[in-house]
Amino acid sequence: MSDMNTQAVARYRNNFLKEVEERVEDGHWVRMCMQCGVCAGSCPLGPHWEHSPQKIFMMIRAGKREEVLTSDAMWMCTSCYNCIVRCPRKLPITHIMHGLAHYSHRLGLAPKGQPTREIAKLFWDSLVKTGRVNELKFSLAMYFKDGFGQGIKNAMAMQGVGLGLVKAGRLNPMEILGGHACKDKGGIQKMIAKAQEIENRKKGLTA
Amino acid sequence: MTASIPTNQTILVVGGGISGMTAALEAAECGKEVILVEKTPTLGGRTAQLYRYFPKMCHPTCGLEINEKRLRGNPRIRVMTMTEVTAVAGRRGDYKVNLKVSPRYVTAACTACGDCGKAVSAEVPDAFNYGLAKVKAAYLPHPMAYPQRYVIDPSIVGTPDGEAAKAACKAGAVDLGMQEETAEISVGAIVWATGWRPFDANKIQPYGYDRIANVITSVEFERLADPHGPTGGKLLRPSDGKEARNVAFIQCAGSRDENYLRHCSRICCMASLKQTQYVREAYGEGENGAKSTVYYIDIRAIDRFEDFYAKVWQDPTVSFVKSKVARIAENKENGNPVLHGVNTEGYHRYATEHDLVVLAVGMEPEVTGVKLPEDVIQDSSNFIEGSRDGGMFGAGAASSPLDVNRAVQSATAASLRAIQVIRKTASTEAA
Repeated sequence: MSDMNTQAVARYRNNFLKEVEERVEDGHWVRMCMQCGVCAGSCPLGPHWEHSPQKIFMMIRAGKREEVLTSDAMWMCTSCYNCIVRCPRKLPITHIMHGLAHYSHRLGLAPKGQPTREIAKLFWDSLVKTGRVNELKFSLAMYFKDGFGQGIKNAMAMQGVGLGLVKAGRLNPMEILGGHACKDKGGIQKMIAKAQEIENRKKGLTA
Repeated sequence: MTASIPTNQTILVVGGGISGMTAALEAAECGKEVILVEKTPTLGGRTAQLYRYFPKMCHPTCGLEINEKRLRGNPRIRVMTMTEVTAVAGRRGDYKVNLKVSPRYVTAACTACGDCGKAVSAEVPDAFNYGLAKVKAAYLPHPMAYPQRYVIDPSIVGTPDGEAAKAACKAGAVDLGMQEETAEISVGAIVWATGWRPFDANKIQPYGYDRIANVITSVEFERLADPHGPTGGKLLRPSDGKEARNVAFIQCAGSRDENYLRHCSRICCMASLKQTQYVREAYGEGENGAKSTVYYIDIRAIDRFEDFYAKVWQDPTVSFVKSKVARIAENKENGNPVLHGVNTEGYHRYATEHDLVVLAVGMEPEVTGVKLPEDVIQDSSNFIEGSRDGGMFGAGAASSPLDVNRAVQSATAASLRAIQVIRKTASTEAA
């Protein structure tokens, strides 16, 4: 358990709803849910995940902190926005799902090896380094995340697409040598650090 | 007609449904002069289109008949059908109201014998049956119509069908030269009893009302159950005329939804509970008997209606699923609608087929989209709260989503307020 998690537990005790309302993006909407279930029924991935949005909201209210934050449910959201469109109370469900995912990630509770989380991490790390996403390194990191052998298999399977991208000028093989960066790399990094500082201050996140 | 000239001692009631009739009668029976205007050719409104009332399961014809008798016997009420209010000027105690009277093409000499209807061949959609059937272009709006006078649809005026109707009339009541008329009247107070309309189910895209034949609305189901309806009271589904034994009722179809109607329409839970009993009465219990399923967010059977809910809950032909249905698909082979969603009691995903789906559509104020006098105050759902000058009042379903019983109470209250305005005006003038 991370320090941030220990601190959160100490601060909110058993009031998980309050924790979500204060610290999760759009979390204050959770108490507006009237449990009609239309989001669950509308989700194209519905049958494939453990907890539907309305169930997650009920679990939050019931104080099931551990179960919610370690769940992979919110990582399954593909942002199709079906739930937001149909929600009779206009809850920004997609955004809440992403907010929960982000919060659980910051607390270090998100499930290890969850593919969406892995991709998000790779994307983010690539982005903050140079201010640009290095697509070549990003894809290769994706292919090889489950080991070298699997990586070769993945790369072979995708080589047609890769060559097509190179021919079309959409992918530069030379990017492997570090790749291009934006003009003010340091500026971007400072900006992100500042944004993080503001977010931490607003949500009372320390450690 | 020997009605007196309207003055600022007159009360105008707009809308001739159960609320408007009640407001007009209560005021007139207190000795006030009343003008009752109605847009359609008959009084009775949506109440006349119901098969039965909840919770007593009695017929609306009974109450309508009593009110029509009261109307006939009261010289203080002047009923104007096919009449709309086009403008209101002035203030409390002294309004000038413009009226537009559409031509009926049939005069008061009509005896409602029906000969014109027999002589005409053209047909028009039957508004009384929500367009589920057609009616001859010379018609009596419905059996309880008040006044009992035929109407000729404008589409046949100037055609041989129109002439045939005129020729067939022994009373000489057909006047094809009738024109639209306007009038300006003075009144002291106005009661808006403009009522409601069923929410347009086409707007609820995932429910497929516009694409799936066997998805209908609750008001249409009322007409199917009524012996005066298009199926003679048999619960036959639209696609193939098959008996609908396995019926789904979807609650909050449009209501309690920020995307459609923000308010709870209040009547729909009771209406669906009532309609499950139509299915039961038609097919009884047993293997191949009635089967009703109510999909709901929560059942709102207010105060004394709880007993009715408890009774229906015990009914073995009725089951309840706590879920707002996500979408409806169609089984192309048999025309059955398939309901998709999640039962939130245990989070079970379902895909359930039914013979027929009834959408319990919400109540939308009939004045939605209509420009009312600036002084009228409406809430966020367009229900009429009253007016800034205190001389105009909402009554019945125009003021709030109400069932018939509560609409009548609301209309009586509005009538009393209008009488107070008239009395105040009178005493000021006397001083």
